[in-house]
Amino acid sequence: MESYKLFDKNTQAIIYGFQTRPVQRMLDFDFVCKRKKPSVAAIIRPTQTAAIGYHKVFWSNKEIVIPIYKTLSLATKKHPKADVMINFSSFRSSYPTSKEALESDTIRTVVIIAEGIPERLSRDLIRIARERGKFIIGPATVGGIVAGNFKIGNTAGTLENIILSKLYRPGSVGFVSKSGGMSNEMNFMISQCTNGIYEGIAIGGDRYPGSRLIDHLLRYEANPEIKILVVLGEIGGVDEYAIVEAMKNGSIKKPLVIWVTGTAAKILPQGLQFGHAGAMAGSEKETADAKNQALREAGAIVPDSYEDLDKKIKETFEKLKKERKIVPIDEFEPPKVPMDFSEAQRLGLVRKPTNVIVTISDDRGDVPTFAGVGLDKIIRENKSIGYVIGLLWFKRELPEFAQQFIEIVIKLTADHGPAVSGAHNAIITARAGKDLMSSLASGILTIGPRFGGAISNAAKYFREALQKGMKPLEFMGYMKDVVKINIPGIGHRIKSVQNPDVRVQLLKEFVFKNFEKHPHLDYALEVEKLTTSKRNNLILNVDGCIGITFLDLLENLDFTKEEIEDVIFSEALNGLFVLGRSIGMMGHVFDQKRQRAGLYRQPWDEILFTD
Amino acid sequence: MDMAQKNIYEYDAKKLVASQLPNYFPEFNYHGKLAVITPEKLANFDRFIAENPWLKTDKLVAKPDQLFGKRGKANLILLDANLEQLKKFAEEKLDQELKIGNVKGVLNRLLIEPYTPHETEYYISITSDRYNDLIHFSFEGGIFVEENWDKVIHIPVPFGTNIESFDFETKLPNLGKFNDVLIPFIKGLFQVYCAQDFAFLEINPFAITEDKKIVPLDLKARLDDTAAFLHIDTWGNPNNPIEFPIGIGQKMAKEEALIKDLDEKTGASLKFQILNRDGRIWTMVAGGGASVVYTDTIVDLGYGDELGNYGEYSGNPSREHTEIYAQNIIDLISTSPDPQGREKYLIIGGGIANFTDVKATFTGIVSAIRKSADKLKNANVKIFVRRGGPNEKQGLELMKQVGKETGVPIEVYDRYTHMTRVVSIALNEN
Repeated sequence: MESYKLFDKNTQAIIYGFQTRPVQRMLDFDFVCKRKKPSVAAIIRPTQTAAIGYHKVFWSNKEIVIPIYKTLSLATKKHPKADVMINFSSFRSSYPTSKEALESDTIRTVVIIAEGIPERLSRDLIRIARERGKFIIGPATVGGIVAGNFKIGNTAGTLENIILSKLYRPGSVGFVSKSGGMSNEMNFMISQCTNGIYEGIAIGGDRYPGSRLIDHLLRYEANPEIKILVVLGEIGGVDEYAIVEAMKNGSIKKPLVIWVTGTAAKILPQGLQFGHAGAMAGSEKETADAKNQALREAGAIVPDSYEDLDKKIKETFEKLKKERKIVPIDEFEPPKVPMDFSEAQRLGLVRKPTNVIVTISDDRGDVPTFAGVGLDKIIRENKSIGYVIGLLWFKRELPEFAQQFIEIVIKLTADHGPAVSGAHNAIITARAGKDLMSSLASGILTIGPRFGGAISNAAKYFREALQKGMKPLEFMGYMKDVVKINIPGIGHRIKSVQNPDVRVQLLKEFVFKNFEKHPHLDYALEVEKLTTSKRNNLILNVDGCIGITFLDLLENLDFTKEEIEDVIFSEALNGLFVLGRSIGMMGHVFDQKRQRAGLYRQPWDEILFTD
Repeated sequence: MDMAQKNIYEYDAKKLVASQLPNYFPEFNYHGKLAVITPEKLANFDRFIAENPWLKTDKLVAKPDQLFGKRGKANLILLDANLEQLKKFAEEKLDQELKIGNVKGVLNRLLIEPYTPHETEYYISITSDRYNDLIHFSFEGGIFVEENWDKVIHIPVPFGTNIESFDFETKLPNLGKFNDVLIPFIKGLFQVYCAQDFAFLEINPFAITEDKKIVPLDLKARLDDTAAFLHIDTWGNPNNPIEFPIGIGQKMAKEEALIKDLDEKTGASLKFQILNRDGRIWTMVAGGGASVVYTDTIVDLGYGDELGNYGEYSGNPSREHTEIYAQNIIDLISTSPDPQGREKYLIIGGGIANFTDVKATFTGIVSAIRKSADKLKNANVKIFVRRGGPNEKQGLELMKQVGKETGVPIEVYDRYTHMTRVVSIALNEN
């Protein structure tokens, strides 16, 4: 690449900062320009842990990856041909990161996007660049573009604008400005009154830009493909006088159309913030009028106002065309970049099936909702846990008695001492040094047909008996002869008719008092009368009572038969036990952890060793 | 965008220099006696004396500290005074209305220091350019420095130079018996300037006492405020930042304060300044660069004295903020019709946006126009729109629609019309 060029069709950049949108925009530009290789070689993301990661981007409609490095040194080592760094770091870290790039051996041009870099730090970067023969564009700039070749970051806006401004192929105009905000406007305006932009650079509005208007103009002057120079200068500073000087000493010979903005400053109150940081006339010489006049005298084409800038550019172009100095451009239809799915969706152009249907909650709005009820309402109205379970498990606002019933069950099942399998397993796991989740899971995993299973089994068989219209005695025979198990929910190790289980009594009391109907409980009590006549400890136990009264609860709610079937099928009853018992199991885990209890090993004397 | 270089009060500048200079020039033995009296402090004069007991013992100097010069010529300096004279002077001058240039303002800060009798007044200032920091020194300081500017010695120090080994001796004239304090003082001051990110520092004059003490008399300074984050231990502490005062007489109108408040609340940029409440031409322009160009064009075409405001909005402000911004301008332009019954013009302009959503921002403006349609018609306001950028077609269509719906005359132009041409179209009509 010739030294007067900073970017061409093969230029690759390293992007400092994980800026996904400008990267995609650069690649889309590359594609419409028919570049062979993407203009982004790598991304630097100093906050990542891995040395190398990958970022997916689209190249037309295909996905490709761009490596993401933790450090610039690794990126430059892996991509020695990438000679541009586009620095998106903040004003705080732009200095050290730009300095590192300027001091590297492979980066030739550093573009600094951030605004608000201390002037002294910018000047130090200028010093380093000068000493090492490097180029800086910025700070405080959007960057620039070589039409049809290379685009810096967000320059030139949307693809639509790029196409309208014909930036996908080079024209004959070299443009440079301070303002990045005006660069889109100027690119388009130039495309309307000439054959378009060859290169357009915005140097940024700071007092000490890394490269000045003149630095780019001298490059444009040396570039035979550029026929016209267009500049938008600005009030403040003396950089435009370098152009005057260059025109006078012959280092700029190409036609140069320039307008220095800020002519209004003369009628504005002094000290008014007018445009950029550098845009403040410290002396008569720095005013827009003085600069425009000096440029005019040096032979530049200067309109009387921005109003006529387009006409002056057009005239200049037409004159060169007449002189046959403009080579006709091989026009082509730029390839179309597929629309992003999200954009197409926003415009209603595409649709896509979803993969999951969710009916119980929605967290997309301002406030998450449970079955349509806002979490804010639940908290403000001090709704119970039973209410929340009703929403999330049954998609209903349960009546007060049902909420209470659920909470009673949770309380009743919360713990049953350390010796039962669930708690025991949780304790052993906790003492093996495992975390809460593992310890709890190991406890929960013991819940099944034998531990905690009596609840759902009782519900299952008593329900079946009632549905089939079995007499209690018939049911007992069926369980004994056909199913061949003891009736689940009947029998207690210690408690008996004479020594009743208080938990069962409380639950029965609640049901009799609050449930309009309780056919399952009534039936179970008929069965209990028969079983206790055999042996006095064959009472309806707490597991059985929970399972059976839960069936009665469903009968008292606004559920159809089919819905009740769904509730039972979906294991809501097991859910209640798991939920309740998790409280106790976590308690046991915390208890062991608090004590820093050591590894548990079952003593040998509890084991019979035999062959 | 904010300007990077900001003026600071002389009081703050002296405090900053005094606290930092001994790091590089330990012989700098500053008296540290500095006080600012305001109308509030004058009302509690006894407390003011108690806080600054040296006022009772020292001979005093007092002068305004509000970022303007030529204070001596305006008879605003008190020299060699005692406490009683100081009080009288303060009573006389504070709250007094002044005219500085063509700006009127109220005097409300006097800087008080001990009076230093001296014969020679020296001049020193430090400035910067792209490649150098520059020291400017003269024996003929004080009020005569400007007319003796050719006697000022300018010493450029290339950026990155190690000042300790920089040869000042051959560049500065011999100061005789003061040579051994002057060189270390200049070196020290230069280091303070660099280390604290000053953008300008001028001591005019400073005096050297018989016992070789250097006393800065009048001092002016600007700091590079973008460097604040590097100086949280001195002037840039966000909890106790140095004040960047606006010039005397620069008051903010309530409409300007409203926009400033909005600007501070968002990542977008919203700037607004009233130039002439009776102006017939008002602008609502997107983008800092474009806003300058529109303002220029109005002035270039000879309508500067009819321009109502300067301002810009950019950085993709929300629909709501754009509406408030637009409403503010609409309220001002439609306060009353032109006394001569002429049309008023609201230029809603802008270049081609990079990513600011034209439709979204215009939705806010359209809403303000719709709400104010009667006002706009009563004040005979005609609106001219020119804009490009993302969703430009839909945005411009909204403008056309609101014109049709409300009957407010609105002319709408797109990217194919030269950016400022709406200005000449509007102004050539009358």
